[in-house]
Amino acid sequence: MKRRDFLKSATALAAGTAISTPAIFSAEAQSRKETLLLVSESGPNNLDIHGVGTNRPGYEASWNCYDRLITHATKTLPDGTLSYDRDKFVPELAEDMNVGDMSVTFKLKKGAKFQDGTPVTAKDVKWSFDRAVSVGGFPVVQMKAGSLEKPEQFVAVDDNTFRVDFLKKNRLTIPDLAVIVPGIYNSGLLKSKATEKDKWALEYTKSNTAGSGAYKVTSWKPGVEVVYERNDAWIGGKLPELKKVIWRTIPSGGNRRALMERGDADISFDLPAKDFVEMKKEGKLKLVSNTIGNGMYSLELNVKNPPFNNEKVRQAIAYALPYQKIIDAAMFGHAKPLFGGPSNSVSTIDWPQATGYKTDLAMAKKLMAESGAGPIESTISFDLGDAVNSEPMAVLIQEALGQIGIKLAINKVPGANWRSEMAKKSMPMMVNFFSGWLDYPEYFFFWCYSKLNAVFNTPSYVDPAMDAFIDGAYAAAAIGDKEKYATDVKGFISKAYTDVPRVPIFQPYLNVAMQKNISGYQYWFHRQVDYRKLVKG
Amino acid sequence: MLATIGKRLLTVIPTLIGVVIVTFLLTRVLPGDPAVYFAGPAATPDSIAEIRKGLGLDKPLPEQFIRYVGDLAHGNFGNSLSTGRPVATEIASRLPASAELTLLGLIVSLAIAVPLGILAAVKQGSWIDHTCRVVATAGVSLPVFFTGLLLVYAFYFQLGWAPAPLGRLDAFASAPPNITGLYLIDSLVTGQFETFRSALSQLILPVVTLAIFSLAPIARMTRASMLAVLASEFVRTARASGLDTRTVIITYAFRNAMLPVVTTLGMVFSFLLGANVLVEKVFAWPGIGSYAVEALLQSDFAPVQGFVLTMAVLYVALNLVIDILYRVIDPRVRLEG
Amino acid sequence: MTDTLNAMPPVTDNAPPAPAPAEKPERNSMLRHTRYVMSENPVTGLAFALFALIALFALIGPYIVPHDPLASDTAAALQPPTWKHWFGTDQLGRDILSRVVVATRLDFIIAITSVALVFAMGGLAGIAAGYFGGWTDRIISRLSDTIMAFPLFVLAMGIVAALGNTVTNIVIATAIINFPLYVRVARAEANVRREAGFVQAARLSGNGDARILLGHILPNIMPIMMVQISLTMGYAILNAAGLSFIGLGVKPPTPEWGIMVAEGAANIISGEWWIALFPGAALMLAVFTFNLLGDGLRDLVDPQRRT
Repeated sequence: MKRRDFLKSATALAAGTAISTPAIFSAEAQSRKETLLLVSESGPNNLDIHGVGTNRPGYEASWNCYDRLITHATKTLPDGTLSYDRDKFVPELAEDMNVGDMSVTFKLKKGAKFQDGTPVTAKDVKWSFDRAVSVGGFPVVQMKAGSLEKPEQFVAVDDNTFRVDFLKKNRLTIPDLAVIVPGIYNSGLLKSKATEKDKWALEYTKSNTAGSGAYKVTSWKPGVEVVYERNDAWIGGKLPELKKVIWRTIPSGGNRRALMERGDADISFDLPAKDFVEMKKEGKLKLVSNTIGNGMYSLELNVKNPPFNNEKVRQAIAYALPYQKIIDAAMFGHAKPLFGGPSNSVSTIDWPQATGYKTDLAMAKKLMAESGAGPIESTISFDLGDAVNSEPMAVLIQEALGQIGIKLAINKVPGANWRSEMAKKSMPMMVNFFSGWLDYPEYFFFWCYSKLNAVFNTPSYVDPAMDAFIDGAYAAAAIGDKEKYATDVKGFISKAYTDVPRVPIFQPYLNVAMQKNISGYQYWFHRQVDYRKLVKG
Repeated sequence: MLATIGKRLLTVIPTLIGVVIVTFLLTRVLPGDPAVYFAGPAATPDSIAEIRKGLGLDKPLPEQFIRYVGDLAHGNFGNSLSTGRPVATEIASRLPASAELTLLGLIVSLAIAVPLGILAAVKQGSWIDHTCRVVATAGVSLPVFFTGLLLVYAFYFQLGWAPAPLGRLDAFASAPPNITGLYLIDSLVTGQFETFRSALSQLILPVVTLAIFSLAPIARMTRASMLAVLASEFVRTARASGLDTRTVIITYAFRNAMLPVVTTLGMVFSFLLGANVLVEKVFAWPGIGSYAVEALLQSDFAPVQGFVLTMAVLYVALNLVIDILYRVIDPRVRLEG
Repeated sequence: MTDTLNAMPPVTDNAPPAPAPAEKPERNSMLRHTRYVMSENPVTGLAFALFALIALFALIGPYIVPHDPLASDTAAALQPPTWKHWFGTDQLGRDILSRVVVATRLDFIIAITSVALVFAMGGLAGIAAGYFGGWTDRIISRLSDTIMAFPLFVLAMGIVAALGNTVTNIVIATAIINFPLYVRVARAEANVRREAGFVQAARLSGNGDARILLGHILPNIMPIMMVQISLTMGYAILNAAGLSFIGLGVKPPTPEWGIMVAEGAANIISGEWWIALFPGAALMLAVFTFNLLGDGLRDLVDPQRRT
């Protein structure tokens, strides 16, 4: 008998025999009905996305505990699943948004209160935006992507009116206001917690939530669990049904699956493809899967150093990869192929889209011969934290490239060192995944292919012609020149596929398993769970 | 007595100094760069440098070391970079979880291994002896994480007898008030029997995993110790003077054989405590072992240093206590100076 | 977890100090004794047989396997045991039987080299400490105490994480965490013998310290060290498996029991039991053999059994 059934029968029994006990039992059953138990591999290291080095689970806490001025609307995809709508914005803390030529003005909702009861004013918004562009690290860079860089840009006109002045026209400015970073913080409370050394009170928000969001964290044991409770005074949207969310960290993947299959956990987030495919087949649970927008797994080749500075070698590799084997064996068929397209000169602006490469050993060998490179010995690296996907890929790639005279050693990099290895740009070849929050191709290229040479441009690929395309696309988008935009986007995709510093392999899915009584799950660009629309019952 | 204790304490100092130095160096050699890690995605060289400066990692090693030792002298273990919390608090809150698990594992193991060892010694060379040996050795021959996962598969997933491997408590149970930090004791003392039941049921599988693993050494130790005593003069005398076997074994041999076993137990406990890292990972157990592993993999210096130091102090203290106890029990033993 | 066991003092420490074994045992009496122990203790006999089998597989394994242990065949992935693949196939369609057999050599090498290394470091340091006493003893003992005060598995992790996860570093880490144990045993044994007759005789006939240590004391305590060696061989393999579980094992696609178990363990819940079970069984058998062998050797050298 399942625990839950047991509880039900115990309740029934108690109701039939005793008078005083049912109240307690049904209260507990009621609370279980309004409580969500979520399990995932790791938990947050910081509850505030502005914090130093906040990890991805930390973004989830920020997302659910803070409001933004605007957010994205929800749309139903053709397969019936819910997703955020990239192109449609709805109010969250603001009730009205007015976009002018060089500024945007927001009216705040009346009656919005922080969790300690103080009203939300434009001063709080101004303070929060100032904080986002001043604390350094990730928030600053993310704000910059929308040309939000200086505190002077943010003006509290009066208590209820807030204005953002544009530095320059940028199509990404408004979308960037709906990402996790520009949340609204309780400036009064945080100023009182600030110290000489910590004037933005990062220390306090690290382990306390100070927003007006739908949930607040009532207990956090790092590495163990986060407990959220609903903020009943929330006016950012429809009041969530779940009163309480318990988020437990369960490091063992097998155990997470066992918990789901036995009905002891409500949601298991970010499942490996294997679990998704198999559990879907079993049909005991509700499984939802969405392609991750603006993201891809690829094989990345360092173009700064030999032997992969040789374009022919890179193309040979692109023809030698065992694409279908990777999709079948590493992803259990559950991934969107990014190979085998008609040509490397693309004709649409879809992103990501298939390259013209396919497994063709004869072609690969021919290109290797033309390249003039002799036998090659190198290393293929991957992030140990993503071993589920990356390790089988690396092994298959190693085997396949052996056939064209490239001998590879496999290097597993522990998750925490992955970033620093990427930043060093010393890995000659790696299996990697990147996805951009803002779902626009030029945003992807800005991070991965531009002269900015960001951490994500692991191949260290810098080419003036490429930058011309990227800058051109940005400029065209800002003024709405669709034709020029399309030319530039096709230009940079085609160039990236021909020069092939990274060989696209597939676009992965974000997989979630839930009990059948859970509904309202929605895909978000940030790839974290939004508790606010979840319903259990 | 006090003087000898003092002398003994003095010999401990070099060990602790050694531990501090080795840990410091080891953590600095770890390949990860915390500054890059904490600069987050989209870091620029400037922002990395800024964070490095903030963390004090731009200073030369000797200076970092002096600062570290200075902090230690003030009882400050530093802050964990990844959880942002003081390491000392974190360890204090996680130590009871590990202690409870390990202690119980040890008790269960003793309850099985000691009788096995005695039986094996008494029936030396018989099939019972061989069976005991094979069973105990088999337990120690499997990687402990594998045993744990197999138990979860069998008793939770297939049979449903054990509760979900969710850590110390069922998700809906609330922790008892913090008195000792050991949930079993705290819940009993405060009369929260439901919590007691929940905590106990969560403990069963990880405890059995640990116990299976520590059977062999304890059984082996008991058997050897028993054999030595059984062959000794006084047991022979007792037998010769016509006492029945039962009395001889239980009253004379067992008591004396237990002395060496008990004295090593403290150490065994301390080792199990630091070593149940893998069990904690399998069962999502919020102990110090899993804390240290996570930190180590993130190149998060402070928790690793704090963990190692705590374990070292615990180890040294336990040994000291045992030495003194031994001296009290058995005055023939001279305290080594 | 393996360190727990390593760290425990050898039983010989607990027992009343054993008299040194006969200084020069006659060869045939030793043989007779061996035969006696084997015949009286079938488990030890079994352990010797298994050890021979493992050694054989380590030697000829790669030449007798039915499939290439590294060749993937994604069309045949995750198959349960069949006539073609007796132990089934893994996620990439590699033959598990071939991988398990081929892995014997690497695991055997990990076990042997780590033990050899720690014997060379800890054994010799221990003998020196026991023989010379004084400052040599004090320094070596403090060093050993310092290592002992570490939570040993975490120390091994730290070493491998810092130096990189190669076979060599796994071997080094295993050797370091076993160091105190070897020092302890060797020191105690050497200490008992430093004034023994044969040592004094050697000294009187003009042998230097080094010669006495290596030529006289070392061979004399070898039997007792062999017990330790046999036990640590098992722990070395378990240690490698533990490291694999947290991602610090040998590099893929090299077949090694520990990493096969660690990676296959994730598939138990989803029903692919064969991926972890067969390498797990091989690993268990090997550790089991080394342990029983240690026990058996102890019986061989234990003077109390020679009555």
